[in-house]
Amino acid sequence: MAVATRPDPRRTGRLVYGAAVVLLCAWVLVPLYLLFVNTLSAPETVNSFPKSFLPEMDTGSLAFFARFAGMLDALWNSVAVAGLTMILSIVIGAPAGYALSRFDFPGKATFRLLILLTRAFPLPLLALPLAVMYIRVGLDDTVLGLALVHTTLAVPFAVLITFSLFSGIPLELEEAAWTLGCTRLSAFRKVVLPLILPGITASAIFAFVISWNEVFAAAVLTIENRTLTAFLLQNLDTSPLHLKFAGGFILVVPALVFIFAVRRYLFAMWGIANR
Amino acid sequence: MAEIQIRNVAKRFGEYQALRDINLTVADQEFMVLLGASGCGKTTLLRIIAGLETPTEGEVWIGERRVDHLAPRDRGIAMVFQNYAVFPHLTVFENIGFGLRMHRLPDEEVRKRVHRTAELMHIEELLGRYSGELSGGQRQRVAVARALAMEPDVILMDEPLSNLDALLRLEMRAELKGVLAESRTTAIYVTHDQVEAMSLADRISVMHQGRIVQAATPVEVYRNPAEKFVAGFIGNPPMNFLPARSVGEGQWEVAGITLAGPRSDRPGLDFAIRPEDVTPDPAGLAARVRVVEPLGPHLLVTCDVDGHMFRAILDSELSVAPGETLNLMPRPDRIRWFDPETEKAVS
Amino acid sequence: MNTRLLPYVLILPVTLFLCVFFVYPFILVAQEAFVADGALSLDNFRRVFGHWKFPLSLRNTLLLAAAVVPVQLGLALLMATMVNRMGRGRDLVLYIWTIPLGISDLAAGIIWLAIFEQSGFLNSMLHGLGLIDRPVNFLSYQHPGIVFLAIMLAEIWRATAIMLVILVAGIGLIPKEYYEAAEVFGATPWKRFLRITLPLLRPSLQTALVLRVILAFEVFAVVAALGGTLFPVLMGQTFVYQFELLDRGAAAAIALVILGISIGFTLVILRVLRVPKGARI
Repeated sequence: MAVATRPDPRRTGRLVYGAAVVLLCAWVLVPLYLLFVNTLSAPETVNSFPKSFLPEMDTGSLAFFARFAGMLDALWNSVAVAGLTMILSIVIGAPAGYALSRFDFPGKATFRLLILLTRAFPLPLLALPLAVMYIRVGLDDTVLGLALVHTTLAVPFAVLITFSLFSGIPLELEEAAWTLGCTRLSAFRKVVLPLILPGITASAIFAFVISWNEVFAAAVLTIENRTLTAFLLQNLDTSPLHLKFAGGFILVVPALVFIFAVRRYLFAMWGIANR
Repeated sequence: MAEIQIRNVAKRFGEYQALRDINLTVADQEFMVLLGASGCGKTTLLRIIAGLETPTEGEVWIGERRVDHLAPRDRGIAMVFQNYAVFPHLTVFENIGFGLRMHRLPDEEVRKRVHRTAELMHIEELLGRYSGELSGGQRQRVAVARALAMEPDVILMDEPLSNLDALLRLEMRAELKGVLAESRTTAIYVTHDQVEAMSLADRISVMHQGRIVQAATPVEVYRNPAEKFVAGFIGNPPMNFLPARSVGEGQWEVAGITLAGPRSDRPGLDFAIRPEDVTPDPAGLAARVRVVEPLGPHLLVTCDVDGHMFRAILDSELSVAPGETLNLMPRPDRIRWFDPETEKAVS
Repeated sequence: MNTRLLPYVLILPVTLFLCVFFVYPFILVAQEAFVADGALSLDNFRRVFGHWKFPLSLRNTLLLAAAVVPVQLGLALLMATMVNRMGRGRDLVLYIWTIPLGISDLAAGIIWLAIFEQSGFLNSMLHGLGLIDRPVNFLSYQHPGIVFLAIMLAEIWRATAIMLVILVAGIGLIPKEYYEAAEVFGATPWKRFLRITLPLLRPSLQTALVLRVILAFEVFAVVAALGGTLFPVLMGQTFVYQFELLDRGAAAAIALVILGISIGFTLVILRVLRVPKGARI
């Protein structure tokens, strides 16, 4: 930063800084833009050369995607699995997050370790043995079976995120409610829940995105009822380009919207996960 | 109508003994202040009375009921918290009415009581607002109003004024005293601020290391501290101490002068006197002046008496400079004596 | 309810769940890997290690991690410090930079495919600039370097955001007074970064690196989308054994290898970046 010989080093520094910011934004946005260009162009254009850097605003590729056999089912499966993962991970994870934030109990450290440990393991690998186990119990190739694996991925985050959210609500508020005539449950319902709801929604969305994006376990555990990611992966070699791009587009758009929706919580979530 | 009795209460957190063998009776409609430095156990005691902590041993009685096994909601108490704990997602009206609604009072009654207490606390015009739109002082009023609206047998307050700035604190202090006297509620109030304690309390319980050292009226605590700790804690500045040597029946030598004191078989006692209870007198203690602080109505003079720090509050007309030697005579009726072993007062 | 029991009741569901879907499957994987023909043996590992693709995919995986992670770390640190001193527009820039966080590895692979494929944007641009006459098939066996580069870029593009978020959150925890104190004592911005940000950021660096390195060993879909069979990686091999060769024992063996490498690296990172007790913020 110390460009002492220049007439105005501060100005130069600011310029370099501004340029770097713009460049890094472009680094993220340009590839996304190019995917949109491809998606919003007719299949023939997508396969032609050279390409225009402007979209045609043609829905041909998307229409082809919608008509492609099994694609809409895969889309529906993805939504169903992600939705189920979202519900499961919050229902299972949030109580533990509450316990971690409100109680000191013997075994708390061990429990936290178990939660943190899950992050040190390549979790999608779980799908391998579970594939066998599922056949035995009839969960193979089902939405629920995959959602359970995705919940394993999402639930540690749900625990840590809700832990941080609950910790952000002063215990005093709950205590005040108790002294004013609430039971533990009614204090939770009347005071904690309304305050925590946006945060819970954010972590639910986060769980949704984790499941929505997951490829490996989805590909291992589903055969007939493929999710969108599994379907695209399976057909990577054979499907035409415009189908891949339209599929990629459909994968990306909800994720974009969701990250936008939870952006306020992103940092609070990860900040606490550090400790 | 509620007297509070605390019988042999002790509280341990793991290895740490937070409270030991607490016995205390708070009379109906009495304003009791628990006073002590941080970590002395005063807040723990209050929370045990509230039901937010469970005592390891002992019993808590409110009125005719033993309550230590009851949930906070069943104890007939209301509490004002240090950070007010005004619910951020509810309006002031709903905050004050929260407890009433939990007890399923009819809407009309809730409305009436909320308005009455809001009026009492001068916050009628804030009823529609949310906590985020209030100042600290206003939140404080909401928190008190919410407790009062319950018309509880007992109101518990945990350092309720500590987060307010100095001027507001003075104002709220006077107001709290008036409102609580009017409501004729038994009150227990935790603070580390002795001026606050003095001004509010019917009685003060001075706490130290998990024990109640002295429970008495403010004047008694100030005039006749039961232990050396209380003498050194209460008062600003607190009492001066000097070692005293027995020189005959009831005669004690203190820094070169002889004073009349209690009869004791101890060879030595601790002599104690408040800074304002000394007057310049040629026969008094020889005190070398170190620092002179003019505080307006009087002078605070820090001296050295026989190698011990000694503070005196003197008339501001007096001209004193550092390095001079003053002779200070303690008022005989105000001298207190403590046993150096047990630290208890000797008379 | 009894307050002493309540926390256990609350953590029971997640504990049970993790036992069934986390601990138990790992026991199964280990069992599967170490048992062949009903007896305890290392046959599965021998078969895997003996295959010509194993050293290649191991090398590729490690090479990719070695190429990607340091770049991401540097980039994430740079972005995090840039965001830290940003006033106006901070939210927007942060949002843009964290977009890839929500994008799946498969989608990231497809996005970069749009750039590198034969009729893609890179070819179009080079053609437009007159550098090439006809499109080059970059993602083919003739251009292994470019295949590697494409995968690397896609990985960097996709997964820097996760480190960024952790580091930004970590920097946010460092009290501003430390910087002000350092400035008063005459530390330049660069010194402040070296002497204050980096050491105090160690817990966050730890988390970021552990997460990122583990994800790097799990790399799969990006490679599948861009390199296909040209660039075998461990996770892809697991998939191949499970589905194409129908050899579950071998798949489990590779899974254990990935697991071993992950744990090994995690331990190293935790050790190297350890924070002495009491030296935390």
